[in-house]
Amino acid sequence: MPVKVAEEWLGSCSGCEISILNLGETLLAVLPQLEFVHIPVLMDHKYFGQTGQGDVHHLEIPPATVGIVSGNIRNQEQLEVAEAMRASCDVLIALGTCATHGGIPALINSYSDADLFERYYRGCETTDAGPDPDDPALPKMLERTFALDEKVKVDLYLPGCPPHPDQIAEAIVALLEGRAPQLPSRSVCDTCPTKREGKGAVKQVRRFLQPPQFDPKKPLSEMRCLLEQGLLCMGPVTRAGCSGAGDDAPRCLSARVPCRGCYGPVKHDGNQMLDMLNALASNGIDIKGVVDRPGLLRFSGGHGRLMNPSRRVSACQK
Amino acid sequence: MSQTIEIKDAAKDFSHGAAGRLLNIQPVTRIEGHARIAIQLDEAGEVADSKLHIMAMRGFEKFIEGRPAEEVPRIVSRICGICPWMHHTASNKAVDGCFGATVPPAGKKLRELMQTMAHINDKILHFFFLAAPDFVLGPGAEYGVRNVIGIVGAAPELAAQVVKMRQAGQMMIEKFAGKVIHPIAIVTGGFSKPMSEAERQELLAQCQEQLEFAKFCMSFAKENVFAKLDQDALSLGSITTGFLGTVDPADGSLNLYDGSLRLMKPDGSYQDFPYQEYTDHLGEHIEPWSYGKFPYARSWGEGFSMDLKAPKGIYRANTLARLNVCDKINTPLAQAELEEFRQKFGRPAQSTMLYHWARLIELVYACERVVELLNDPGITDPKVRDAVTPKAGRGVGCVEAPRGSLIHDYTTDANGLIAKANLIVGTTHNIAPMNMSVKKAAQDVIKAGQVSEEALNKVEMAVRAYDP
Repeated sequence: MPVKVAEEWLGSCSGCEISILNLGETLLAVLPQLEFVHIPVLMDHKYFGQTGQGDVHHLEIPPATVGIVSGNIRNQEQLEVAEAMRASCDVLIALGTCATHGGIPALINSYSDADLFERYYRGCETTDAGPDPDDPALPKMLERTFALDEKVKVDLYLPGCPPHPDQIAEAIVALLEGRAPQLPSRSVCDTCPTKREGKGAVKQVRRFLQPPQFDPKKPLSEMRCLLEQGLLCMGPVTRAGCSGAGDDAPRCLSARVPCRGCYGPVKHDGNQMLDMLNALASNGIDIKGVVDRPGLLRFSGGHGRLMNPSRRVSACQK
Repeated sequence: MSQTIEIKDAAKDFSHGAAGRLLNIQPVTRIEGHARIAIQLDEAGEVADSKLHIMAMRGFEKFIEGRPAEEVPRIVSRICGICPWMHHTASNKAVDGCFGATVPPAGKKLRELMQTMAHINDKILHFFFLAAPDFVLGPGAEYGVRNVIGIVGAAPELAAQVVKMRQAGQMMIEKFAGKVIHPIAIVTGGFSKPMSEAERQELLAQCQEQLEFAKFCMSFAKENVFAKLDQDALSLGSITTGFLGTVDPADGSLNLYDGSLRLMKPDGSYQDFPYQEYTDHLGEHIEPWSYGKFPYARSWGEGFSMDLKAPKGIYRANTLARLNVCDKINTPLAQAELEEFRQKFGRPAQSTMLYHWARLIELVYACERVVELLNDPGITDPKVRDAVTPKAGRGVGCVEAPRGSLIHDYTTDANGLIAKANLIVGTTHNIAPMNMSVKKAAQDVIKAGQVSEEALNKVEMAVRAYDP
């Protein structure tokens, strides 16, 4: 009996779904053991019946053993879909950093909706200014962007922007075999082959405006650690996994580019901004060189980590 | 657990209180984003009105404000996980403009190579995974089968080859450039690493295989899909509009990476302009029922209307648009395909279903172009990046994304932080045309209150052609 699978995307970009497809021939191999009952990117199952005449007060997602949800929750519809997925699925997987930690779109949490709408509908250079869209057919925006587990219970977290196909495969195969999946738990630095000789000489971190020192003819293991070269690199405070199950190097580093933290914090509830500033300070590096500190939370601004100034004030008053 | 949908009260959907039923196609499926189609029937069961609602907004224009501009190309890639290379490239071009960076020739070549390779995988994905089930299995096939998994069952050898080639296309980008989904290798001032001779040879061999596969796709599609495009199919969602796309300013040829924007009127006359001048030509209209805005040709001076009989300011982007606006294609196989296409359908071709055909011609072009780039000895020049200094400035970056002309416009402050940003992304250009195509398709396939799954899927096919 194939295992029934339902998949949904909420506030997302579809990169997680493309990562599922990037399983390629591995996906073809496990396909006979899976029965997709709902997956909007690939399949035409509808919420309100196949001829669009169903009860619009009852969003229908067929029962499934495994539910996979990518994306964060920013509006009423996404919340309803998340709740319906939870109700229909025995095991719920949060796929990708938007679902596990809010992801890039949670950066909006440090701006007010009024400012957002003002810019978008009345400020943009090409826009004929008009009122905010408010038709009842549009889902209402929630007060901020939420990670999935802020609204529904999550059974398994697969962070990554996007998650490496190896971890998606491991999760699927482990569920088919009825065992716990083996997922990365260490930091990006633990999987990085660059040379570390000590940060002693570094007093400030620089913006990434010129190339680091490296010989392109030599392997990554011959390049000095980018943080030791004085470039901000989020490797120490970011969960490993981008390099997959083999012994590949972290993906950004393999392009000779510093990590920006796309797998979220090493520990699920860690704070990448505080952890990074601490790591710099404890090595005697002046954190004034970090020009965009909230930007260190660019992948993990859900769970109330990023809050706009007015909300911060009201939270303090409570 | 509550599953109440408070926002979808049928009676509230249309202000004129039509008495007939409201049909909800929700979610629109086998597309890249989140949308809903609402079709209101009148008392005779004819289509009174229809809308394609864009249901979500994330606010990238706002939340990149205040961030170091050189970081932004790694942030805005998350606008789209299918075409992150397009945002990554356009954004870097905009930041180069702000900082006055000069990209070394090899840096430009590597950028175009990666962006064009990404087009290859995108087109294979759309044609076989998203669109083909409607044609290969039929628009009326049962929904559980009418998908790529159904194709795996019906034509396992074809499916295995498609999966293998798309996978190979993704992995060759990842191997050279580090990360294929949400890339990082294009950097302000150039590219993050040079290409070695060994890498060039390996990629060249792989891209030649992709070209062979593209030729196979074209003949497969001509035989199994395009040959079946009869008058009915060609009229599905067909509307008459203008077109927008990038051409090489030197010879008017198709260019996906760089050039001038060409805005063509429905009668085929056109105007070319540097993309920095886009604000003089394009406007964005707002409707209360869509979070997405509706770009239109402001420079035509006729305003905005989606009236099917008398549209105003409406132009389209994406594959068909690019093939309509270009004078020629500078690679031989794609040029031969373009000539055959024009012979059959004229210029500009208006049928919405022809987007699929145009998409495969662009697939052939993209494969020929990457082979051409990899045969250029200059591509392995080790100088790929110039150091840059942050400063106040403005930069407009544009590339042709699979879904249309992609514009990133940034202004920076003295520290090189983003002061403001304006984006017009590929799919957005087609929001008004998609609404019109939905209405046209719905009017044609729904008569006297007769609604079937097949009819509603045909309405969605009118959207899918645009690959939104």
